[in-house]
Amino acid sequence: MVSVNFSEVIKKYTMVIALVVIIAIFYVGTNGTILLPQNINNLLSQNAYVFVLATGMLMCILTGGNIDLSVGSVVCFVGGIGAVMMSKGMNVWFAVLVMLLVGIAVGAWQAFWVAYVNVPPFIATLAGMYAFRGLSNVVLNGYAVSITNTTYLNVFGGGADCYIPDFFHGAKLNTTCMLAGIIAVAIYVIVSIRNRIAASRKGYATTGFAGFIVKLVIISAVVLFLTYKLAGYKGIPTSLIWIIVVVLAYHYFTTKTTMGRYLYAVGGNEKATQLSGINTKKVYFFAYTNMGFLTAIAGILTVARAASAQPTYGQFYEMDAIGACFIGGASAYGGTGSVFGAIIGALLMGVINQGMSIMGVDANYQKVVKGLVLLVAVIFDVVSKREKK
Amino acid sequence: MGNILLEMKNITKEFPGVKALDNVNLKVEQGEIHALVGENGAGKSTLMNVLSGIYPYGSYTGDIVYNGEVCQFQKIKDSEEKGIVIIHQELALIPYMSIGENMFLGNEQGSKASIDWDKTYAEADKYLKMVGLTESSRTLIKDIGVGKQQLVEIAKALAKHAKLLILDEPTSSLNETDSKALLDLLLKFKQDGMTSIIISHKLNEVSYVADKITVIRDGSTIETLDKAVDEITEDRIIKGMVGRAMTDRFPKRENVKIGDIAMEVKDWTVYHPQFAERKVVDGVSMNVRKGEVVGIAGLMGAGRTELAMSIFGKAYGTNISGQLFLDGKEVKLKNIKDAIKHKIAYVTEDRKGNGLVLTNPIKINTTLANLSELCSKHVIDQDKEYQVAEEYRDKLKTKCPTVEQNVGNLSGGNQQKVLLAKWMFANPDVLILDEPTRGIDVGAKYEIYCIINDLVAEGKSVIMISSELPEVLGMSDRIYVMNEGKMVGEMAGAEASQESIMSCILKS
Repeated sequence: MVSVNFSEVIKKYTMVIALVVIIAIFYVGTNGTILLPQNINNLLSQNAYVFVLATGMLMCILTGGNIDLSVGSVVCFVGGIGAVMMSKGMNVWFAVLVMLLVGIAVGAWQAFWVAYVNVPPFIATLAGMYAFRGLSNVVLNGYAVSITNTTYLNVFGGGADCYIPDFFHGAKLNTTCMLAGIIAVAIYVIVSIRNRIAASRKGYATTGFAGFIVKLVIISAVVLFLTYKLAGYKGIPTSLIWIIVVVLAYHYFTTKTTMGRYLYAVGGNEKATQLSGINTKKVYFFAYTNMGFLTAIAGILTVARAASAQPTYGQFYEMDAIGACFIGGASAYGGTGSVFGAIIGALLMGVINQGMSIMGVDANYQKVVKGLVLLVAVIFDVVSKREKK
Repeated sequence: MGNILLEMKNITKEFPGVKALDNVNLKVEQGEIHALVGENGAGKSTLMNVLSGIYPYGSYTGDIVYNGEVCQFQKIKDSEEKGIVIIHQELALIPYMSIGENMFLGNEQGSKASIDWDKTYAEADKYLKMVGLTESSRTLIKDIGVGKQQLVEIAKALAKHAKLLILDEPTSSLNETDSKALLDLLLKFKQDGMTSIIISHKLNEVSYVADKITVIRDGSTIETLDKAVDEITEDRIIKGMVGRAMTDRFPKRENVKIGDIAMEVKDWTVYHPQFAERKVVDGVSMNVRKGEVVGIAGLMGAGRTELAMSIFGKAYGTNISGQLFLDGKEVKLKNIKDAIKHKIAYVTEDRKGNGLVLTNPIKINTTLANLSELCSKHVIDQDKEYQVAEEYRDKLKTKCPTVEQNVGNLSGGNQQKVLLAKWMFANPDVLILDEPTRGIDVGAKYEIYCIINDLVAEGKSVIMISSELPEVLGMSDRIYVMNEGKMVGEMAGAEASQESIMSCILKS
């Protein structure tokens, strides 16, 4: 058994600790307003697109610090197509399917140039950023198109009814929400313990017992706290379900599957990966096509939340996603980073945004702060790596 | 006895948790060539970094006395001003700049506001002549070979008015001819009164040029041998380095039966990937049997690596023609994946650049080439992966705290073991090892040789490409000699000698 090494823990969870500290600061600064149920609810649903895009962006960044600048425009393009289709009375599921396919097609288009023609990703996606912004305008004809289809809005978290209904009609607390939280914690605890037992039975090294319990307790407590807060408001926002699905799926993907492994390998040493018999072009192609797919999901969520599509939607979304990844510890040279890191990064940005808005900080200064946070996070990453050498 | 030019007294340097240097003493006389030898990690480079000011004064204890005065270097510029110039192992030249631009980088001629290019190139040409290069200083670095690049590094040092030249593994990427030329150049400088310190793993070179040899082991000075007093032999030096006499540098292979031909190529021709008219491998035929170690000797640029990589699923070259037979059956390998599937492995000469993912842990590197073995439906069984990595760690005696350790933090020898583990896990029948012991110390080399012996004992075939002739001679059952893309000789290992191999090359 390995004892808990305090400095190691701090190093590993720096950004989590930073997040807690920042929440604490804003808690004081806003007299507790930031942790009101409604604000937690807003934090999650307002930033749904960042979580989804950051997950996709991470896949690109892992391959070697490559980014996708086109996602903001493509969010708008995909959302615009869906909104127009629905406004013409087409079937909602057909519209969603088309949105997803368009996203994948756009991703594959850019991925092709990046992977097989060696166009630098920065350029290929910069081209996409212009082109799809233009096409969004064409699709929307320059106007805002509102979405009235209630099925769509309910499923993807838009309008006023964007919550999972409470099946038990709890008087004060949303019982469904609370129950979901408890079940999630139970599953998490059982799976963790089972994995640990399996590992130690096979004789593998496990982390310290105390650390294991602490981690288990903290994560369970955070989940229960969040669900309690949400239950006190209107329940689980629909968009949260989508975030959880995407995050869990991609966490699994990056840590457990071969393609996930190859993303890290290509970013770490492309030549060595090639000489290991892995088709690195396919890896790039996958990363960018997948980005298109997740961009489509982000587009679906974005226009659902606004219940409309406008030609200006999605501007600077790419920057939010890129920032979240780097704040969350992804290396600007590729090869390191994690989905949960990116999510922590996205949360950190979201909390700062929201906290400053509640405190009434001027919007221009908010941008300054965000910029500085990004810089500090990357400086920290670079410096801590240098110390290791 | 000449004057003492440099004396390093009781140098102790600590890194968090490690004492890298422990009371090291080094005395260098004016006008001598002083060799510094020791295993990897013994502290040679650290000592030189202390001397050149990379580790500034105050970060170590002890004194540096140079030319009779105590020096306190804060940065490299300080030591260079005194004429102490270090040439690092990895070449630090910028390929798309000319020789002249590179030589005066950071030492620009002319005023701050405007560089005097005419003066730069005239000066550069002067120094190039001193190192025996006839190239114009306007030639781009990328257009000259590695051997000449190393000479440019030396010219660059001379341009800084070097009085004490420190060369860290200057010949590690050079072939025998270029190495010899470089060493002779050092001897010529010595006659002109230049003092040099040379760090090297190649003991034959050390005994060739050095007047004195200081042996460092585990951060301490063990002894200084003087050519004038002691009798210097390679065995004598090795004894100092490893702390024991190495009776046999190559482990014996016993009772290994050599079987049928496992792999054979016939009339194999490969063209350069960029310059499609240039033949890199020209009509090569060769074979390797089961349980056999076949060495391929030759000079740098003879086409050995290119031959190996082109066989390995066309990893190199265009317009590849010729036949490849595995166990007597002709096969065509489309890509690397195909080659791995047909049980061929190529272990690269450049472990950091082409072999390992340095930012990833040992276990991930170990399984990269054969992940499908651990997978069901593209999902990796990580418990099994851990087990595999542990198994190879035990088998190859890789020194590391855990297999979760990043490969970038390991020493060269241990990195090489991880690279070997990776390809052993791919379970090949034919292993092509390209410079398997480059840049690793004597002890680790021995362990690698043992691994090779274990492999052939299992009936696998090993093709070993090496530029170190003693290694080729000591390990091979059969030796091929390559020169300028052609096979120019084949001989039984027992009959071959350094002379017979060199004469094959020279007479071709």
